[in-house]
Amino acid sequence: MARKEKKNFIDWFLSSQGATSIAVILMGFLIGTLLVIAVGRNPSGLFTAIGQSLIGKAGKNGAWNFRNVGETLAYSIPYVLCGLPMGFAARVGLFNIGGEGQYIIGMLAAQAVAVCIPSFPFQWLVCLAVGLLAGALWGGIVGILKAKYKVSEVVATIMLNYIALYLARIIAFRMPAGLTNRTYQTAPLAKDALLARFLITNSNLNIGFFFMIAACLIYFFVMEKTKLGFSFRATGFNMDAARCSGINADRAISVSMAISGAFAGLAGACVLLGGAYTTGRIIQGMDNYGFMGIAVALVGNNRALGIFLSGILFGVLKQAQSIMQGMNIPKEITFIIQGLIVIFIALRSGLELVRAYRAKVLIRKEVKA
Amino acid sequence: MMLLQSIPTIMMIVAPILITAIGGMICERSGVVNIALEGLMSIGACTAASVHCIMEAAGCGRYSLAVGLLAGMAVAGLISMIHGVAAIDLKADQTISGTGINLLADGITVFACQILFSQDRSREFKVGMLTDGLGFYPTFYIAIAVVLVSWFVLYKTPFGMHLRACGEHPAAADSVGINVRRVRYTGVLISGVLAGLAGGCVVLTQTIQFTSSLINGRGFIALAAVAFGRWTPWGVTGAALLFGGAQALAVLSTNFPALKVLPSEVFNILPYLVTLLALVIFSGRDWAPQSCGKPYSKSSS
Amino acid sequence: MSEYAIEMLGITKTFPGIIANDNVDLRIRTNEVHAILGENGAGKSTLMSVLFGAYAPDSGEIRIKGKKVEIKNPNIATELGIGMVHQHFKLVHNYTVTENIVLGREPRNRFGIVSLAQAEKKVSELSRRYGLSVDPRAKIDDITVGQQQRVEILKTLYSDSDIIILDEPTAVLTPQEIDELMDIIRTLKKEGKTIVLITHKLKEIKAVADRCSVLRRGRFIGCVDITPETEEQELATMMVGRSVRFDIDKAPCTPGEAVLEIKNLSVKDSVGTMKVKDLSLTVRRGEIMGVAGVDGNGQSELLYALSGLSPVAGGEIILSGRVINKDTIMERIEEGMGHIPEDRRKHGLVAGLTVAENLALKDFNSDKYSGPFGMLNFRAMEENAEKLISEFDIRTAQGAVTEAGSLSGGNQQKVIVAREISLSPDVLLIAQPTRGLDVGAIEYIRKRIVEERDKGRAILLVSFELDEIMNLCDRIATISKGSIVGVFDRDEVTSEEIGLMMTGIRAKEAK
Repeated sequence: MARKEKKNFIDWFLSSQGATSIAVILMGFLIGTLLVIAVGRNPSGLFTAIGQSLIGKAGKNGAWNFRNVGETLAYSIPYVLCGLPMGFAARVGLFNIGGEGQYIIGMLAAQAVAVCIPSFPFQWLVCLAVGLLAGALWGGIVGILKAKYKVSEVVATIMLNYIALYLARIIAFRMPAGLTNRTYQTAPLAKDALLARFLITNSNLNIGFFFMIAACLIYFFVMEKTKLGFSFRATGFNMDAARCSGINADRAISVSMAISGAFAGLAGACVLLGGAYTTGRIIQGMDNYGFMGIAVALVGNNRALGIFLSGILFGVLKQAQSIMQGMNIPKEITFIIQGLIVIFIALRSGLELVRAYRAKVLIRKEVKA
Repeated sequence: MMLLQSIPTIMMIVAPILITAIGGMICERSGVVNIALEGLMSIGACTAASVHCIMEAAGCGRYSLAVGLLAGMAVAGLISMIHGVAAIDLKADQTISGTGINLLADGITVFACQILFSQDRSREFKVGMLTDGLGFYPTFYIAIAVVLVSWFVLYKTPFGMHLRACGEHPAAADSVGINVRRVRYTGVLISGVLAGLAGGCVVLTQTIQFTSSLINGRGFIALAAVAFGRWTPWGVTGAALLFGGAQALAVLSTNFPALKVLPSEVFNILPYLVTLLALVIFSGRDWAPQSCGKPYSKSSS
Repeated sequence: MSEYAIEMLGITKTFPGIIANDNVDLRIRTNEVHAILGENGAGKSTLMSVLFGAYAPDSGEIRIKGKKVEIKNPNIATELGIGMVHQHFKLVHNYTVTENIVLGREPRNRFGIVSLAQAEKKVSELSRRYGLSVDPRAKIDDITVGQQQRVEILKTLYSDSDIIILDEPTAVLTPQEIDELMDIIRTLKKEGKTIVLITHKLKEIKAVADRCSVLRRGRFIGCVDITPETEEQELATMMVGRSVRFDIDKAPCTPGEAVLEIKNLSVKDSVGTMKVKDLSLTVRRGEIMGVAGVDGNGQSELLYALSGLSPVAGGEIILSGRVINKDTIMERIEEGMGHIPEDRRKHGLVAGLTVAENLALKDFNSDKYSGPFGMLNFRAMEENAEKLISEFDIRTAQGAVTEAGSLSGGNQQKVIVAREISLSPDVLLIAQPTRGLDVGAIEYIRKRIVEERDKGRAILLVSFELDEIMNLCDRIATISKGSIVGVFDRDEVTSEEIGLMMTGIRAKEAK
């Protein structure tokens, strides 16, 4: 009897996406911890830092510090918003590695409004809208290239990421320069362009958070409930059959890539205006939110709620970095954990083989019986 | 005259891209897409720089360059095997697994520097590779050798025939007793080793220490060169020359008055833009190996 | 020397969810042509893959020339003198004929470099000796399907195989090429080879085989000697397990006005070759128009153009009096065109969606499934699905919300048929509706097609199986190289005449 239950658990585990996601995260942490021990550091610092980032307090004697929670939630805004585009595209059968480029272009557009136009009421809203649209445009290009010219979206997005990076530099260098005349920043952002803080005002937690929640809800509603989403999902599972059934697959690809880009563009605008920067940026390298978004979406199984939760997790890891640095643990351990999580997710397809093997064993038993 | 003098510099930048691209090409011709080239280069560069630094400080500077390069090749080759296991045995999505390795490389290289040197970059080494009488670094000759050997192996040896067959029609290869799994593992390993070598070449010629932003897209340019060069050694060489040349111009443009009017970023963009345009213009025909990126399992044949 | 070239005793092989071979015994004599007969999915190909070392059997033993052997991989099979010509050719498309033949055992000079000169000579010799004409230096991309098959046969001869297995060798050939292949098989036998012919075509067995083993649902049914007196009916009964009714009951056809008119239609395939040339055809209300022909003569492209999947290169498609050349797929569906596609997994069904979602795949935009804010009314979809599931007897595990991909092939096809019929189209395009299905599903689907005809729909049926065409259709058009060779009433022609026309011989000459 006990044996039978155990078998059922394995079958349930193999078929449950959520359960394997959690297992994958735990494995990432486990190996990360072992690595910390292997280099002779005390891994408790890792978990103290994570605890503080998650609930603001760690251990019995730790002081409450909600600022950490605020920062965690602030970091989770771009993670979730960059996870959504990857997930959205994946549901339509596309691998969008271009979150980074769409993010950069969204940030650039928001920056143009925030730096070049003097303050006016609700400027922040205009900035977010412009960033969103610019991201949508950058994503839409990929969609059109894919639909019309059959250019692999993986190659196209990788190329467009770097085009976005250098294009952003070319344009940002031509924006009004700051008073300090330092090379890598522009004039200050207009005051009305900054996103207001709320709740934990000594942190960078800002109203972008509500836009992030709204984005998750829109994602869920569009993808799971609407006719448009139905045409997306059908295209994602089987483009030929969708086309054969009268669904305009080319349009589904273009529109879904544009929607994807919109999420990432919004992320770029939120990061720029979210309080961490007072001047416009002339970026030297990638912020990596877009790339991390791939991991966020994979951990979240491309579902709105999953992406939200895994985005928070990544926010926790990011905030934990600054805390663990003080505890003599290299902060890069979090990147390693994130990388491991993605690799384990790739390896998850191995579970499919396990499942097939179990089915085979079962049949063999039946034959013998 | 100016241009002639710049050739060694251009070659310094082209060589690592070319070496990586040849590795990527071999990997894709065997049927596995490897977008982890970027991360593997980074790992190779970090390993080579660290080994060189430490050996130089220990006073065995004479061999440390070669040992550094070899170590970079070995470590990157080892890490590439993760991709091999995922893509070949576990039939994982190759894009996801490659992305994972790229992310992992970001962390593991800097982590290693933190442990070894207690800073987020490697220590500076005193002497990198030296140029010869013509102004070329040894990497230039390494790259030429890699191209020639790859061409010879791919088109003249039985192994090359097997490898190309595995990328086009693995079931056909399997049916005549070729071990598709082993061939593909070899392909992935070669791409890892060459990316590691190229990473070492970058760090030992173009700078004095490893930093996290050192590779900065070179692996992705190599990936673009594979597609733009249509998966043949000579095509890839041409593409790498073009793309590397554009990258070099970004560095050199300040020396050329005619180019100064353009922002140097224009040359940075060039490789990516050209590849994208080429893919659009030649969208009618697919030159990629037919089974590239598709896991092979016997039962599906 | 042993009497038997191959003995396979008590072979069992399972796959996830299927028992492909269940305790099968097979004995093949030296230098005979031995046919293995069975329906699709009877386990023929699996059995041969076991013999060829592609799969390891779960139990059982194999003897070659009387000696017990263990075949772990294709190399061992080759060493034992067994060669296999697969149904789907295992040829590398951008290699030359010789490169493909030597792949895996390349001749090399003393520096380890591949050298093909010697091999090319041997290939030329072999092709002359066995009448397998093909240019050893041609690329596979540039030669015909029939020639590619010869390359596969040459591969086995090059490695000195004396046992040659041919897996469904005629599926892709024209009748003329089939005749040539039969001659080749006879030549091979004369030269002392043992031939195993896997097929489900009775005529071929009668033509060349000495003996025939029959498989059914993974089991060995029996082995019969083939003599001129052997009845095809007897073999067919062994194959399907009960006596097959070759005819279907149907009322005489009462055609109405023309609904679908195709005028001088030309269509290109994806690489730009003209696959349909100047084709004209009319389908009337209340009739089943069959399109007979060998696979690859433009049938797929014709259907793609009619359904809107690929553009028209010339001519007109007229649906109920309107030219629809430029209409989108969606518009054509709304104008009353139904389509049961040839490749049901690729074009017919979205395996990841539920049965209910698949049943609503074409009309999910209509009012009956609309909710507020562009939402879908999933309740309405499921109710509609429950109705169709019971009407069409679709077997599902969890009803309307079952994932379509988890259904069996026959039930997947029923989902598609249910969807298309429930939309009450004026014209129904049907391709290969029963391929790979079990006998029960085949009968059911054929019955439904006739019912639709009786409701006054115009039906265009494309099939590569002449029997299906002869049984179902009221009129038959034969297609060859992209054009219609002749159109006849069912009663005017025999299958032999249609078979001749399939090779491109004009109707008059054929009659």
